[in-house]
Amino acid sequence: MTEEAGPFLWMAPAKVGARRKRKAPLAKADNETDWAGLLAKVRDDRDRAAFAALFRHFAPRVKAFLMKSGAGAALAEECAQDVMAVLWQKAHLFDPGRASVATWVYTIARNRRIDVLRKARRAEPEELDWGPEPAPDQAEALAAQEETERLVRALGALPTPQRTLIERAFYGDLSHSEIAAETGLPLGTIKSRIRLALEKLRRQMG
Amino acid sequence: MTIRHHLSDQLLMAYAAGQLPEAFSLVVATHLSLCDDCRAQAGSFDAVGGALLEEAGETAMGEDALAQTLARIEGLPQGRSGAPKPAGIFPAPLAAYVGGGPDAVRWRRVGGGVRQAILSTGGSATARLLYIPAGRAVPDHGHQGMELTLVLQGAFADEDQSFARGDVEISDETVEHTPTVLAGQDCICLAATDAPLRFRGLIPRLAQPFLRI
Repeated sequence: MTEEAGPFLWMAPAKVGARRKRKAPLAKADNETDWAGLLAKVRDDRDRAAFAALFRHFAPRVKAFLMKSGAGAALAEECAQDVMAVLWQKAHLFDPGRASVATWVYTIARNRRIDVLRKARRAEPEELDWGPEPAPDQAEALAAQEETERLVRALGALPTPQRTLIERAFYGDLSHSEIAAETGLPLGTIKSRIRLALEKLRRQMG
Repeated sequence: MTIRHHLSDQLLMAYAAGQLPEAFSLVVATHLSLCDDCRAQAGSFDAVGGALLEEAGETAMGEDALAQTLARIEGLPQGRSGAPKPAGIFPAPLAAYVGGGPDAVRWRRVGGGVRQAILSTGGSATARLLYIPAGRAVPDHGHQGMELTLVLQGAFADEDQSFARGDVEISDETVEHTPTVLAGQDCICLAATDAPLRFRGLIPRLAQPFLRI
């Protein structure tokens, strides 16, 4: 995605440049799909077509994720539908400057897993609402999505034992005291970008 | 507000992975509400979860799943539900557990002017609010497991360091310390423990049944 610079690159039609082989015929374009833009349409226009596109991509992944976390197929299906319903209902809380849509969907799925599988309550940090007229920077949204793509590649490049450990941590095979903080993943740039987004937000809330 | 004592990466990753006992999650969420640095770091661990979700593979949804989900959305309450709000010195996640600010806490006296309130959390770990008068020593104790102590008001200091609003002290069985609340303001802390504390000395031991620890 670096060959064409410009503010509206993220809206450009999907370009070739698949970084890895994908199974589904439509999946090649998924890398390039502007998920944050689709979510904005759900938020602003209750756009069902945009929601359907998000659903086709994320619901099967949420279901797979929950099954890897130990849920049976029926429960995972039920929860994946819940997660997508929450995505619709809370679209106004998504901040593209702070997370990619994939990351945001992950956090919804994780919380649903805690509710349902562990039957526990999940304390969440105070929401930093970006006000009645959110105008997030499109470049930020693109940066967050690209970071997720980079992380996916970095995960794939990790030595198997390390990757397995991270997967076990997130799929719930490790207790909190067994989780190792050292992931071997390049997280510093992500933290810096989120930090900047938070500072900007705090100034706006001022 | 300058926070000097932060959460460890291990705790932040366990929180992002959804693996912390509820009592610890409460302390982490409350600290993140006060500390943008840790919030950003937790966000970077969330991004690892996002990458894993992208790579989780695809398990086909049921045939009518989309229609069912849209029907489910129709049934959801319309409009934006109000986000939990902070109450006084309590950030939103803590205020939600307490049902308000410090005035809403159902304190119990535990001796020496110290008051505490155990919060209702599931699982093996326990969350409690502690109210310790200015200048008073926190009972000397060691730990059998991990303990997180987040300062919400006032400050305390042990032999080496001091902790003020937003600071979190992480201790485990290797730590034997005698923190004292600094003069000037009573101290309110939120603490989570995943194993019973063992207090040293006769008086604190007698007080243990009242402290429920």
